[in-house]
Amino acid sequence: MTIVLAAAAASLFGCGTYLLLQRQLTRILIGLALLAHGANLLIVLTAGGRGQPTFIGTGDADGFLDPLPQAFVLTAIVITFGVTGFLLALAYRSWVLTHDDDVQDDVEDRLVARRTEAEDVADARAAAAEAAAHTSDSQFEPEAPR
Amino acid sequence: MTALLTLPIALPLGAAALSVVVGRWRVAQRVIGLVTLTALLGTSIALLVLVDRDGAEATQAGGWSAPFGITLVADRLAAVMLVVSMVMLLAVLVYAIGQGGEERRHVGFHSVYLALTAGVSAAFLTGDLFNLFVSFEVMLTSSYVLLTLGGRRDQVRSGMTYVVISLVASALFLTAVAFVYAATGTVNLADLAVKFTDLPVGVRQALALLLLVVFGIKAAVFPLFFWLPDSYPTAPTAVTAVFAALLTKVGFYAIVRTQTVLLPPNDRPQTLLLAIAGATMLVGVLGAIAQNDIKRILSFLIVSGIGYMVMGLGLFTVAGMAGAVFFIIHHVIVMTALFLTGGLVEQRTGTGHLDRVGGLIRTAPALALAFLVAGLNLAGVPPLPGFVAKFALVDAGIDGGWWLVVAVSLLVSLLTLFSMTKIWAGAFWGEVEPAVDLQRPVPMAMLAPTTSLVALSLALTLFAGPLYGLAERAATDLLDASTYVQAVLGS
Repeated sequence: MTIVLAAAAASLFGCGTYLLLQRQLTRILIGLALLAHGANLLIVLTAGGRGQPTFIGTGDADGFLDPLPQAFVLTAIVITFGVTGFLLALAYRSWVLTHDDDVQDDVEDRLVARRTEAEDVADARAAAAEAAAHTSDSQFEPEAPR
Repeated sequence: MTALLTLPIALPLGAAALSVVVGRWRVAQRVIGLVTLTALLGTSIALLVLVDRDGAEATQAGGWSAPFGITLVADRLAAVMLVVSMVMLLAVLVYAIGQGGEERRHVGFHSVYLALTAGVSAAFLTGDLFNLFVSFEVMLTSSYVLLTLGGRRDQVRSGMTYVVISLVASALFLTAVAFVYAATGTVNLADLAVKFTDLPVGVRQALALLLLVVFGIKAAVFPLFFWLPDSYPTAPTAVTAVFAALLTKVGFYAIVRTQTVLLPPNDRPQTLLLAIAGATMLVGVLGAIAQNDIKRILSFLIVSGIGYMVMGLGLFTVAGMAGAVFFIIHHVIVMTALFLTGGLVEQRTGTGHLDRVGGLIRTAPALALAFLVAGLNLAGVPPLPGFVAKFALVDAGIDGGWWLVVAVSLLVSLLTLFSMTKIWAGAFWGEVEPAVDLQRPVPMAMLAPTTSLVALSLALTLFAGPLYGLAERAATDLLDASTYVQAVLGS
């Protein structure tokens, strides 16, 4: 039984990672949710045993499940829920502003990249001009005596 | 003792709630924020004095004994971090109030700022891994809100990157918690320190490595830093200052905590951390040189600074760790001062772009002086505290025989100086640009915290001796986890 849950957690992680690598915000969001579910499932798995209650009545310790992971998961689910809500609002705001679901590039980054490209081009041109000047100079230079 | 340990978390949370209640009156919100942070500064100084005298202190919330209950623990490092963060949070709040503007007047600003404070304090004081996760979430969720409070296009874009990368880190953190719990059956750090020694070496190292990746994303170390220079600069200056100077340090604090407590001395990833340190320093400063905007240059220099701290940690000697602790104190204060100065330049001229501003030394000499002192300090020019911190690290590196990382750190110092002169030459020297330099007045409430931080950074030199002594005691505690374990488990 645990192997099924472990496999489920693994596939959640796999699908989550795949979706996270997409460029559409909605897919990224779903990917993040899947990742969080995978992590939560993993925590539930650490409680060990199966089909046993955490705290009902009294009895031998072996008959109960470790309650702590369930407390962890509860906290983690609430946190993930809140943050996913925030992210959805942010995605909506992004759609309102740009009418586009794609993740935008960093503008300043592109400026820096363009500047270095421009400098490279300018350098190349200057070098070419210099080389041309050099060759044209040498054309008019009298040949050195041998 | 219990009060001193719980107040830094309970007080700002209560104040944040109160701040929402009085949301209609901006003045009341400001008073609440300032009073709370001042009280917290007092509390954390008291805590530092006490902890430095008596050693690490712990308290169990709700009276449940150590491995089961919620443990709050303060050792010297935690107390030092707490004091430094409160100083900068208070200074930045005064600055933000002075700056005004729509985003700072937003009804949520003060309460979210206080919630962020609570998250930061909780991260420093918590004694178990799961509560560390919760306090990180409190801190990060507040930071998401602060970053995107304006709702502008660039903020939404960069906020998106920031939130997504933080959520990935959080999912990994949860996974790490699950693995740690599965392997040991506890999440209490002190208890883990004991139980980790029984684990097979491979499992132990894999868990420590997973945690290193998680906190490495938050601390912005070498391969995981790419999100930082993109997302931080779009926020308003006050917010950027808090994020850049503080949140990355919280991540680094978590790295220190987990790597020292969880791994026994002979098993710590020394070479890996030193390699990361060198790469972080170098890539950070090279990124800074390529940029043309004050806030973006500073954001890259944050990354570079994290490299120095990781270097101190990676040496795993008392001298190295003490250097790292001293470096954190210096870096938080100086980096905040630099960001606030950059914000003042923007406030005055309307832009932080180096191509567009110029000649500020003639129109705003006080601003230029503040930047000059803070900039030289960051680069580590003697006799400023930046020099003391870097000297301590380099000395420790030479002692350990790690020549390569020492050489890289010295080179990076030089390049840091270069990127500072770039800002200096671009913004302060040169022609006054009348079209850009609006010569808007700079409010006293913005200038005062900036200059106080610069003055405080100078004072660090005067008190370098006692401070370094404190850093050394903190480092000794860190390297020998038994004091921490004893404070929490009481055996």
